[in-house]
Amino acid sequence: MKRPAVLTGEYFILGDYACAEGALAAGCRFFAGYPITPATEIAERMSYRMPEVGGIYIQMEDELASMAAIIGASCGGVKAMTATSGPGFSLMLENIGLAVMMEVPCVVVNVQRGAPSTGLPTLVGQGDVMQARWGSHGDYEIVAYAPSSVQEMFDLTVKAFNTAERYRIPVILLADEAVGHLTEKLVIPPEEELTIINRMPPQDPPGEYLPYRADDSLVPPMANAGEGYFVHMTGLTHDERGYPIITGEAHEKLIRRLIQKIRSHADEIIEYEEVELDDADIVVIAYGITARAALRAVRDARAQGIKAGLLRLITVWPFPEKKIQDLAQRVDTFVVAEINQGQIRREVERFVDRPDRVIGVNKLGGDLITPNEILEVLCQPSPK
Amino acid sequence: MSAVTEVKTRHPLDRYIREERFPHIWCPGCGLGIAMSSFLYAVDELDLDPKEIAVVSGIGCSGRVAGYVRFDSYHTTHGRAIPFATGLKLAKPHMKVVVFSGDGDLASIGGNHLIHAARRNVDLTIICINNFNYGMTGGQFGPTTPLGAKTTTTPYGNFEHPFNLVYLAASAGAVYVARWTVLHTYHLRQSIKEALLKDGFSFIEVISPCPIGFGRPNKIGEGLEEMKFYRENSVIRNGIDPKDAELSFRGKIVVGKFVDIEKPSYLKTLRDFYDRILGENHGS
Ligand SMILES: Cc1ncc(C[n+]2csc(CCOP(=O)(O)OP(=O)(O)O)c2C)c(N)n1
Ligand code: SF4
Ligand SMILES: [Mg+2]
Repeated sequence: MKRPAVLTGEYFILGDYACAEGALAAGCRFFAGYPITPATEIAERMSYRMPEVGGIYIQMEDELASMAAIIGASCGGVKAMTATSGPGFSLMLENIGLAVMMEVPCVVVNVQRGAPSTGLPTLVGQGDVMQARWGSHGDYEIVAYAPSSVQEMFDLTVKAFNTAERYRIPVILLADEAVGHLTEKLVIPPEEELTIINRMPPQDPPGEYLPYRADDSLVPPMANAGEGYFVHMTGLTHDERGYPIITGEAHEKLIRRLIQKIRSHADEIIEYEEVELDDADIVVIAYGITARAALRAVRDARAQGIKAGLLRLITVWPFPEKKIQDLAQRVDTFVVAEINQGQIRREVERFVDRPDRVIGVNKLGGDLITPNEILEVLCQPSPK
Repeated sequence: MSAVTEVKTRHPLDRYIREERFPHIWCPGCGLGIAMSSFLYAVDELDLDPKEIAVVSGIGCSGRVAGYVRFDSYHTTHGRAIPFATGLKLAKPHMKVVVFSGDGDLASIGGNHLIHAARRNVDLTIICINNFNYGMTGGQFGPTTPLGAKTTTTPYGNFEHPFNLVYLAASAGAVYVARWTVLHTYHLRQSIKEALLKDGFSFIEVISPCPIGFGRPNKIGEGLEEMKFYRENSVIRNGIDPKDAELSFRGKIVVGKFVDIEKPSYLKTLRDFYDRILGENHGS
């Protein structure tokens, strides 16, 4: 039986499957991937569902090819996604830079596992946060969402597509093994209730349209292949026509715009959830699966009379630096819990006057951080 | 007085190039311009709608073709032209997607993509410029450099065995395989036309002089001399087993059309499967 793209209803479903359904609901009709634990179930679901909705599932020969293929498909006007884990993500990075430079919307899912190298294929990790930020060479801005639940595997995948299309960028869904392999409740809303954003088409006729001329939004409208605009796109530094110019001046102009196009919209892009922050003395910062343990710890601390709060990052990139600066004015201590050696903690430290006000709760991967491990820190006397 | 002679200031192929991008970056005596114009003549003679053509290149001197042709054209990353083109083709099945790139780009860093796209029989036309070296980076040896040839990284002569690209493409599943030098302008143009019309993975190797990276260091000569060398040493052997079309250093250059077979393309097989299992309205 053929099912529709938006499977409105209530489900008890795997996180990876929810991600695939979110992509389809967002209008994704091209998936290229290469199997890897713990992201394989996304590919499996896509191989089954794409033909039902008139889309393409293609299993490429590796992740270099997968990433190149989704950029190619998106240049053809089809929303496209790939899904992988650390080893594959490493292979995708050069072409993520190409998507940044060519301004091609696409979504890359990284279901993180214990790393480096082959690491812990079946166990959780959150160690690719900085790789997601800086992994491709050069200066650029990136948007990355960190889902904490199966519902968010769906919702944030939809959002990732919307952000990709809105700003003409590659967007990363930085999931983790625990969320990807979690089975819990998912509600898929009726199709009419979903917000879907599509890339802005050219506003000028062929001949007048310049593929990289942007208005104040800094996001140029995009012509797809086959529409008669005869676009040229390159990873080389280029002018508004898309033609290469190899000068420092042209580079400054282009890269400045690519960076500003995200920075100037940071307030619209950045998302976080605030729990009990109003009167908090100590604030836990967490994302992904770890945010769930953090929430439990905050509730338990409150029950013991400790004024704890939670800042759950929904976008890890761009980083909510203003929010941290703001909180630093009225909060004593930050506790950053993450399954890595302090990648976001260092980021928090950059926006707090004294590094000793920022405490890390860290694991290397393989095991989740428990609520108690965070609670213990919340119960310690403040460094002030 | 006499009849007014019309002075033609336009070349018939001008409408297919981005004139504003000229002069091009290629060296005097380079074969790339001829290879590109052979492709454009093929498009012109087939009277294809330029809107329905996309050109994808990787990185290299050959990869610059994407920047000069007035089609939707994409200059991607080193080695990834074929998977990029695969995504584009599957997103726009009615378009003719042409990959124009170099021997290093397609057979070294992108070698895995070449054989897998051939195996899948994705409907792409690959024009692979073989100049026996990495021209763009200054003439290092690559996967097609003949044994014994000097390059900037084989100062004592190349001791690695090269690929026979036509044999490689044919064994991997290409349905159309040919090799010409840029001096076989007529044959090359015919082959590109056949490849463009073929539903499946077509591979055309174009032997192209690179006086800077290959001709000069190997004493084959500059510009025209390297062209002359290729012309004098070519032998046409249509239909032979591509295994027997091996190239060697300063040896005979076997050219011709080696493979032209029918086999359902990737999209055709995909649609047949889905039709059978999901019914005809699956939409893929
Ligand atoms: C990942 C990566 N590695 C290396 C390079 C440097 N590079 C640019 S072009 C090239 C070789 C091109 O050779 P070929 O494909 O034969 O093209 P030609 O210049 O000979 O036409 C290399 C090694 C690069 N751009 N990217
Ligand atoms: S280096 Fe060789 S291939 Fe490159 S432009 Fe010069 S002659 Fe042509
Ligand atoms: Mg070469």
